[in-house]
Amino acid sequence: MPTFPFSAIVAQDEMRQALLIAAVDPSIGGVLVFGDRGTGKSTAIRALAALLPPMRAVAGCPYNCDPDSPAESCPHCASAPGPRKSHRKPVPVVDLPLGATEDRVVGTLDLERALGAGVKAFEPGLLARANRGFLYIDEVNLLEDHLVDLLLDVAASGVNTVEREGLSLRHPAKFVLVGSGNPEEGELRPQLLDRFGLACEVATPKDIATRIAVVRARDAYERDPEGFCAARARDETAIRKRILLARERLPSLAVPDSALERAAQLCLALGTDGLRGELTLMRTARALAALDGAEAVTDDHIRRVAPAALRHRLRRNPLDESGSTARVERAVAEVFS
Amino acid sequence: MRLGGPVCATPTPGPSPQAGGKERGVSDDGLRAGRVDPRRPAGEGGGKAEAPGIWPDAVLAARLLATDPHGFGGTVVRAAPGPVRERWLDLLRAALPPGAPWRRLPPGIGDESLLGGLDLAATLSAGTPVARAGLLAEADGGLIVVPMAERLPPGIAARLAAALDTGTASERGARFGLVLLDEGEGDETVAEALADHLAFRIDLSGLGSAEAARDGAGAEAGSGPAAPDPVGTLCAVAEALGVASLRGPILAARVARALAADRPVGDVEIAAAGRLVLAPRATRLPAPQEDGPEEADAPPADDRPAEDAADPAEGGPSDDVVLEAVRAAIPPKLLDQLLAGGARLSAAKAGRVGQPAASRTGRPVGSRRGDPRRGRLDLLATLRAAAPWQALRRGPEEARRIVVRRDDLRIRILRQRTETTTVFCVDASGSAALERLAEAKGAVELLLAEAYVRRDRVALVAFRGGGAELVLPPTRSLTRAKRGLSGLPGGGGTPLAAGIDAALTVALGVRRSGSRPVIVLLTDGRANVARSGEGGRARAGAEALQAARTLRAAGLPALVIDTGARGEGARAVAEAMAARYLPLPRADAELLSAAVRAAL
Repeated sequence: MPTFPFSAIVAQDEMRQALLIAAVDPSIGGVLVFGDRGTGKSTAIRALAALLPPMRAVAGCPYNCDPDSPAESCPHCASAPGPRKSHRKPVPVVDLPLGATEDRVVGTLDLERALGAGVKAFEPGLLARANRGFLYIDEVNLLEDHLVDLLLDVAASGVNTVEREGLSLRHPAKFVLVGSGNPEEGELRPQLLDRFGLACEVATPKDIATRIAVVRARDAYERDPEGFCAARARDETAIRKRILLARERLPSLAVPDSALERAAQLCLALGTDGLRGELTLMRTARALAALDGAEAVTDDHIRRVAPAALRHRLRRNPLDESGSTARVERAVAEVFS
Repeated sequence: MRLGGPVCATPTPGPSPQAGGKERGVSDDGLRAGRVDPRRPAGEGGGKAEAPGIWPDAVLAARLLATDPHGFGGTVVRAAPGPVRERWLDLLRAALPPGAPWRRLPPGIGDESLLGGLDLAATLSAGTPVARAGLLAEADGGLIVVPMAERLPPGIAARLAAALDTGTASERGARFGLVLLDEGEGDETVAEALADHLAFRIDLSGLGSAEAARDGAGAEAGSGPAAPDPVGTLCAVAEALGVASLRGPILAARVARALAADRPVGDVEIAAAGRLVLAPRATRLPAPQEDGPEEADAPPADDRPAEDAADPAEGGPSDDVVLEAVRAAIPPKLLDQLLAGGARLSAAKAGRVGQPAASRTGRPVGSRRGDPRRGRLDLLATLRAAAPWQALRRGPEEARRIVVRRDDLRIRILRQRTETTTVFCVDASGSAALERLAEAKGAVELLLAEAYVRRDRVALVAFRGGGAELVLPPTRSLTRAKRGLSGLPGGGGTPLAAGIDAALTVALGVRRSGSRPVIVLLTDGRANVARSGEGGRARAGAEALQAARTLRAAGLPALVIDTGARGEGARAVAEAMAARYLPLPRADAELLSAAVRAAL
């Protein structure tokens, strides 16, 4: 059965925009999706991955290295230089289940080879499988803190460093980290929140028309998956082209000083700690400009990404009733007035 | 909201308000003749509103589930173990196509057995990797029965949900359905995160084996005209019942389609789908239909908040019919719950921490025999365990240098810092309490804001008037706390004993879940309402002291903050529960949270 198409997802504009931005520039550092159950979080991520063109990967490389430019840190490709066989495989979406052990995530000593043959070998974990793809964590707020910490660290650096059980190695682990969860069941510590690049809030659509549209789309898809996807093939191609073009355009896109100034003003007005807010805001606006096909980053781009890039970086005041989204919007209105 | 006849028909045993939520066991009590099925509106509700009953619907759900286990995701079956449940399971199993797998999920299953991977024992004895399929892949095309699903660890629940989503487990096909056997009592239920994926929820508790002996109605053979807009109707019904997740209407649409088979979907199918899928998920009651003899023509959604007042007209008359049919199938316990104003507490369960002994993180404090797939291998200890046997094990044809058996494997024991749950027990009685309540609310929020850093939790019990209420179940979520606190009323008498009892229950639950409870009681100690709800200072005071002694016997650490001006009562209570005593008649939120922090 083909995956539910990305273009057929109804509403949830902010989440879709955030995912597209992360697909264009994975260095933004992960997307956090907080909200109700059954709002299409997991559907959107799988749909996006399925929409991306299959990637070429070195055959037999557990880290999905690109045959043209294998990662420097790849232990597999570095040990066997020269021409490499390659094959095409879909962009991976790796699910990180709640309660996964650190061993399974990071990788560990290959037990069977260690005990069977006395060889010290590395058994790659989920991070290796997610290289060049997506790592999806449902209920990230319930994940143990040290694992979240580790994941964010790897996501930011793109390299997984393993120092355990007498093993010492590094391997590439570049992926788009997508975490989701329901704040009613526990929240992430602010220190961790801040390290996610973008944060969006999703809610079940409240108006009945949108709800009907969602259920109807799903119903049509289930009746005839192939036909449903075929009918949307053109839209899917358009989105795919948009992403690929944006990726090409990204390095050459200009960020004028005025835009940087705006970003700084905005962060000052909100009192965000550190410079991570400005950096993410700038990168996100650039990726959005690339998606739009714009020549340079404008105020409009900044305004559109500001809530997602900043809302989780605000100092929390437990007695302040107004939500962080409202505070960002207020600041945006002030700065851009 | 006015409620109709079905509520009154629900027997409410016991004098205390909490008893209403308790389960009736599935003993043969149900056999007693003349027991009124609480869901039937006793005849006068009008024929069209009558649901076929619990058992026929359960049978229908079983038949549907057997035709497409993965498509419907599965079902939650709430029932104590017994003949009724067994009979239902037999029916389900018989309805499955021949050869379809039927597996049972063993408690405490590990990742390897669940998702597939290395067969450790075989691998070690063979010296080469031996792979095996996991339980999920083995159940492809069939059903997995999960006993004691209410105690399913969050990690396993998450893996099951992910496999349901993708239809795969470790890259093998795993298109299975789940039968979650919920044997929980009271508020204990299956994790909502998993249950949301499953189409059906069946409640067989309280059903006698006589009722279950009937074979159930045949499949709904609807021959009515095609409904104009089945999806629209189901969405409208879901909205009216407050079903937030869109999986509800999506699964209901699937069920309606399966019921109709090749015919177009008609009102009968929609009503059945609403009954089976949407009614058990209801979080609010649709505006009540009049139960009187005259036909109620009012659109069912009129009394709802204005946000969605526009919709009922667009669905046409079939919405009303369906909604009415679904309304009749709403579980009676839900009515009790909504009546009592209690939120559904099960949501908080998903975050429940495991027993500290099973900790997967923390500081290593030694090692023990175990499967390294379920913990962290302690290589040194493993080799040390294997070393003495090497000479014996190394036979003539053994090429390996070290022979390790499964018994040698050692894993690390990790110990985690246990989190603390502060259970606030707040006196919300009388007019002066309004102020104290605000302070307590502020203190809870401040403590919670700090708890982020330490990952501690907070709960709040308030007592006033006739009894005590759990305002905030143990939580770490500020969002949830705010919502719970904002709706907290004050006024009335002081049922101190009931308050202490409630705090004790919460604290014991917290302790069972592996966390360290601390009780903070804010009161002036002047109890004047007894447990029975009657007034009377002397009896109320004696009961309060008795409750306090029970708390002491349970060995729970406690702190009593005396908010009265000249409180001897609070001091006596503090002494009875061996608690620290802090007289703070004029404390504000900051001072209060500082005092609690310092005391704990």
